[in-house]
Amino acid sequence: MRRSMLFLPGNTPNMLINGSCLGADAVIFDLEDAVSPNEKDSARILVRNTIRYMDFHGCEIIVRINSIDTAFWKQDIDAILPWKPNLILLPKTSSTADVLEADAYITEVEEKLGFAKNTVGLMPLIETALGVENAFAIATATKRVKALFLGAEDLTADLQCKRTKEGREIEYARTRLVVAARAAGVDVYDTPFTDVNDDEGIWTDASYAKALGFTGKASISPRHVEVINSVFSPTQKDVDYAYEVMEAIALAEQQGKGAVALHGKMIDAPIVNRAKQTIAMAEALGMGRGN
Amino acid sequence: MSKVVKSIKEVIALAGLKDGMTVSFHHHLRNGDFVLNMVMAEIAEQGFKDINVNASSLFDVHVPILEHIENGVVTGISADYIAKGVGRAISMGIMKNPVQFRTHGGRPSDISLGRTPIDVAFIAAPTSDTMGNCSGKYGKSACGSLGYAYADAMFAKKVVVITDNLVPYPLQDFSISEDWVDFVVPVEAIGNPKGIVSGTTQITRDPVGLVMASHAAKVIENSGLLKDGFSFQTGAGGASLAAAKFLKDIMLKKEIQGSFGLGGITGYLVDMLHAGCFKTLMDVQCFDLKAVESLRTDPRHQEISAMQYASPSSRSAVVDSLDVVILGATEIDTDFNVNVHTDSNGYIMGGSGGHSDTAAGAKLSMIIAPMFRGRLPIVTDRVTCISTPGKDIDVLVTQGGIAVNPKNVELTQRLTAAGLPIIDIHELKEKTERITGTPKKLPKGDRVVADVISRDGQLLDQIYNVPQK
Repeated sequence: MRRSMLFLPGNTPNMLINGSCLGADAVIFDLEDAVSPNEKDSARILVRNTIRYMDFHGCEIIVRINSIDTAFWKQDIDAILPWKPNLILLPKTSSTADVLEADAYITEVEEKLGFAKNTVGLMPLIETALGVENAFAIATATKRVKALFLGAEDLTADLQCKRTKEGREIEYARTRLVVAARAAGVDVYDTPFTDVNDDEGIWTDASYAKALGFTGKASISPRHVEVINSVFSPTQKDVDYAYEVMEAIALAEQQGKGAVALHGKMIDAPIVNRAKQTIAMAEALGMGRGN
Repeated sequence: MSKVVKSIKEVIALAGLKDGMTVSFHHHLRNGDFVLNMVMAEIAEQGFKDINVNASSLFDVHVPILEHIENGVVTGISADYIAKGVGRAISMGIMKNPVQFRTHGGRPSDISLGRTPIDVAFIAAPTSDTMGNCSGKYGKSACGSLGYAYADAMFAKKVVVITDNLVPYPLQDFSISEDWVDFVVPVEAIGNPKGIVSGTTQITRDPVGLVMASHAAKVIENSGLLKDGFSFQTGAGGASLAAAKFLKDIMLKKEIQGSFGLGGITGYLVDMLHAGCFKTLMDVQCFDLKAVESLRTDPRHQEISAMQYASPSSRSAVVDSLDVVILGATEIDTDFNVNVHTDSNGYIMGGSGGHSDTAAGAKLSMIIAPMFRGRLPIVTDRVTCISTPGKDIDVLVTQGGIAVNPKNVELTQRLTAAGLPIIDIHELKEKTERITGTPKKLPKGDRVVADVISRDGQLLDQIYNVPQK
């Protein structure tokens, strides 16, 4: 379950050691934009040691390495991979070639370490116009790709438009990424909402992302985590309905019925799949069936 | 008849001060106070020795008192709180006699019971009339409530009001009344307004502080105490204020109207009053300008004395009607004893203030503290100094989990059922030490530098000198 993903700058020890306490389902240790070039080494060591020595209590670990057009990215992978982060977030992924280049090097390091292939997943960060257009190809370039991630700040710069709270300028990119990811059978994560002090804004933005089909949403502020978790969690009503669907299906199977209706509506395969997903998430969250 | 005396020099003589006597001060002017230093300088100038200073608190602005200690002018100190400037010197052994630490409730209690008699009380007053009717609400040095000064005014043998805003008789809306006052001394300035109250108190932006505040608000929400009539006290620290903000949101959402907010009052409690979270604020001390303004203008915001606030020998005190208090800690041990007197190196840097009074009175006493500060864990096997006994502490909230005192079985069940991250305090200690390592025990000196006296007058603990290398 990855509803919220919280960026933590790789050069801030206090944030790194408290990362698992901030409520996010996953933390993204950032070695890229949050770290200035002259601090890349120290941040890489800090992040490596944090993953190596700290217990993250079920919180997933993602590392945003530097992009493949820099001199840093291979050193990032060399330092981080031995400690098996869940995912590598690959910035500025614009094409299949970018994914394959990263995948080849990760495979090489995995082999050296004696890890099975694809032990560490890859999450391309789509933040260029070309990346958006190539989204499906990127998502299907290799089995290592587990999810797509939309980065709106760099994308709007590439689109030569202003980034706004309303986000109309990224409407196309959002829907394109959701469709591409779902078609490829991988997860898809929405860009952070950057106004740390706008509690209503994050609620609106996260709710919209969920409505579009995103799996979850990233955050640059711990203050947004609780809202994101709440938006991307099923409601008790959702959970109860999911259980009703599964019971209705089970009863129909017992009775040998083909078609099943619940509250006057036909239950088809997509509804059953959604019910299964909802129940799985509810169980992970410790939510039982309501009254 | 005139009570107005031209100078502090003259009033010391008129009050009959002698060697070995006790003088007292309140701390409402906080780190902006000029009065204690002015009076003690004059006492030293006149050659007095062996003076006992009973101050409700000493701040860093009062560091000049160290010179009077070295010169034998001051040989005894009693206070509820001593900031690190003076505290460090005391921990290094500057005083022959141990400092007497009391609480904000214990101090007026002991004064009223005659256990700590005051010979001359010097009361800094932001506004006074010529007969000594005085108030903290008005004047250039306005500090709001004068709550801690009432016991001094009522029970000292001689009472001197020192003001920088002398107004014609009679002052309306006074706090301390003329029948307790012997002399009034006008001076140019009783304090520096910048140090008296903060312009604004701010909630924390620190993510860890916000996580703790969010946990704290949820503990209150699920404690069974958050219902109409709810009463609440919190400190002015960033995480405590954030907890108050989260609590306000919950109260408004659930349409709960509490009865009172208590304590040192900040603008955040004033906001809660305005939002309808409380019917009244009971104010022993104002922390910021918004609180001062509210006390001056809003009849729902009431000034109370330290006796009414927390004295265990009062017929009743507000703390005994308190539902929830949020408090801080420099250390807490696995028996939930809390230290707020000394820092991680054993130096004095605080004091109980109202900590143990409110913890004893409130139905739910909650400590908010990070798992570690710097690289030192908060939870220890045994605190350096017991400021508040563990029997009075119900919950410790950290970013790494919520430890409930095992005596609270029902509360543990409630919080667990609410899905809050409950953790045994021993486990929390181990979890923290996995990050920080286990710190070495502090070296302990061989001389007692302070007695910590519980609110009911018993010796609770003693603080030893910090050996110097």
